[in-house]
Amino acid sequence: MTGSQILLECFKQEGVDTVFGYPGGTVINIYDDLMKSEDIQHILPRHEQAAVHAADGYARATGKVGVAIATSGPGATNTITGIGTAYMDSIPMVVITGQVPTPLIGNDAFQEADIVGITRPITKHNYLVKDVKDLARILKQAFYIARTGRPGPVVVDLPKDVQIAETDFEYPEKVELRGYKPTYSGNVRQVAKAAKMIMQARKPVIYVGGGATLSDADKELLKLAEMIQAPVTTTLMAMAAFPQTHPLALGMLGMHGTYYANMAVTNSDLLISLGARFDDRVTGKIATFAPDAKIIHVDIDPTSIKKNVRVDLPIVGDLKDVMKKLVKELGENKSELKKLSKELAPWREEIDGWKKSHPLTYKQSKSEIKPQFVIEKLRELSDDDAIVTTEVGQHQMWTAQFFKFLQPRTFLSSGGLGTMGYGLPAALGAQAAFPKRQVIDISGDGSFQMNSQELATLVQYRLPVKIVILNNNFLGMVRQWQQLFFDKRYSQTCLELPIDFKKLAEAYGATGFSVSKPGEVEETIKKAFATDGPVIMEFKVSREENVMPMVPAGAGLNEMVLAS
Amino acid sequence: MKHTISVLMENEFGVLSRISGLFSGRGFNIQSLSVAPTLDPSISRMTIVTSGDEQILEQINKQLNKLIDTIKVIDYTSEGQPFVERELALIKVNAEDNTRAEVMRIVDIFRGKVIDVTPKSYTLEMMGTPEKVNAIVEILRPIGIKELVRTGPVVLGRGAKGWKSA
Repeated sequence: MTGSQILLECFKQEGVDTVFGYPGGTVINIYDDLMKSEDIQHILPRHEQAAVHAADGYARATGKVGVAIATSGPGATNTITGIGTAYMDSIPMVVITGQVPTPLIGNDAFQEADIVGITRPITKHNYLVKDVKDLARILKQAFYIARTGRPGPVVVDLPKDVQIAETDFEYPEKVELRGYKPTYSGNVRQVAKAAKMIMQARKPVIYVGGGATLSDADKELLKLAEMIQAPVTTTLMAMAAFPQTHPLALGMLGMHGTYYANMAVTNSDLLISLGARFDDRVTGKIATFAPDAKIIHVDIDPTSIKKNVRVDLPIVGDLKDVMKKLVKELGENKSELKKLSKELAPWREEIDGWKKSHPLTYKQSKSEIKPQFVIEKLRELSDDDAIVTTEVGQHQMWTAQFFKFLQPRTFLSSGGLGTMGYGLPAALGAQAAFPKRQVIDISGDGSFQMNSQELATLVQYRLPVKIVILNNNFLGMVRQWQQLFFDKRYSQTCLELPIDFKKLAEAYGATGFSVSKPGEVEETIKKAFATDGPVIMEFKVSREENVMPMVPAGAGLNEMVLAS
Repeated sequence: MKHTISVLMENEFGVLSRISGLFSGRGFNIQSLSVAPTLDPSISRMTIVTSGDEQILEQINKQLNKLIDTIKVIDYTSEGQPFVERELALIKVNAEDNTRAEVMRIVDIFRGKVIDVTPKSYTLEMMGTPEKVNAIVEILRPIGIKELVRTGPVVLGRGAKGWKSA
């Protein structure tokens, strides 16, 4: 078999059914073989960055490893933002890049880039395949590394001559990596200690991160929370891991978190951190972060523990495993649990007080469309299992605040890297995985234009993604900072050219709606959802609406600005 | 505080840049680094001297372990494990009529060797702990060092056990 045939055979063995890629000189052999393959659906986005985001969206929606292909040089360098996005959010992915033939490597050949060198700090691991005999083993390792432990993207750089070279194909059954043995099983003694700390706590808060989604631990999380009747706050990455309509849900914490989530964390005496990494957008000023709390930190990646905050009880392991053990340990003493639930009643009342005094809110308007109103209506009118993607900025925060997510893997957003232009291609990937489900990209007019070329891909492959553009003619989040911290000096944040998004949709053969009156919102969403194929809904929204409440950069969670 | 760490890694191309990239990307400090294959040619051994507070050292240790190619990390300083340490320096020093005898005396005192001779210079081989190398450098400095190269220290744990059983 040739190298390129081996590659496709390995995809098959790994259960890959969809790949996102863009052809070019150094992957032309792969594409030739792909044409003959009936097992793999190939989707051609209009930019390599979008191919990687689409593979990422596919991976987040399904839990499987996403696969993208790009050619050498510019094709490979275009994947960087996509790989960085997946790396920061721990998304399992394998990216295949073509490379110039091995004898030419290092010669500054046409379309040559040292992609292994370039991607080293933004991949979990990467490979340059120099000998076709190593190819099957490397691909086996790449998929294994991508999906196990703390997941992440793996790049396999494949020179053209290796794709052409022939060898006998044998897919290894086992992966042997003496330097890589992730810890899945949580230490039982540590879990017992955690249970004891929980039983003694009077103001516990469960703080959940993206790890809950990655380990598919949402059921265990619900069980744990209900068992101890403790409030649950989620990071941006975990909004869909816990039903946001649940009475114990506090919504998001951190910079644009809810007042009550931040107050609960600040006043807690025990913070149970599950698959979260204490990002600076979550903690605010470290010195005033949960000052009276003991911290239990469960994470599969030991480097996350004690990186940003002190930890009283570290547990390294897979969240699902640790929570199962924890639920079992706690469940052994039913009467104590009942007592605990009673003891926590004053704490829940205190939190309910904060919820009542400072709910998430906005001023409704009769003349202007409020972006938050659009998000609320979208939730109301969409399916419970609708998959929502976002770009990055104000619309992303409003979605996290007002779209009450109900089911795991229904909210796909670039959390760690904060990548504008992520949402549309990610929606494309999610829709390719689930052709029958509702997929909605919520975006702003700035972010949308970073990958708007993907409208072509949606139309070509009949992927009926519904795109919502909250158009304020601003780069809204930066404008908000300029308003609050730079005396309204709106340097380069006004997108002055008005774009006819309806016509843009139509130019690609999609459907477009554009409205500016609050009374038209519901009807437009209904019409869009009833339309076949991709749709753009442009809502001309209140231009200088701010995301509130807010913890200013560098301030503590207890120093929230509530309104502007 | 100064820490001496041994890292055993897969002997693959690019491993050195993974380690150096990790240190520079995360702002960790490297005082010295030396690397060569071990008895098992598929494994390289790197000796890194670094510094930082307890939290940084814990991160360095964990981040090194996180690399897929890392097989074992031994922080001799943190583990309080006794170890032997040697560094090699080659020193080209001025040696003219009035200083030749003085340089020879110093070399004898430090148990170094002269490995190249010209009418105007000696090149010395000095092996010892980094502190000992520092000492001879300071003594020779007033005489005039033309060129100096140091390997950075390499270390092994004391006692009969090898790293596999440590």
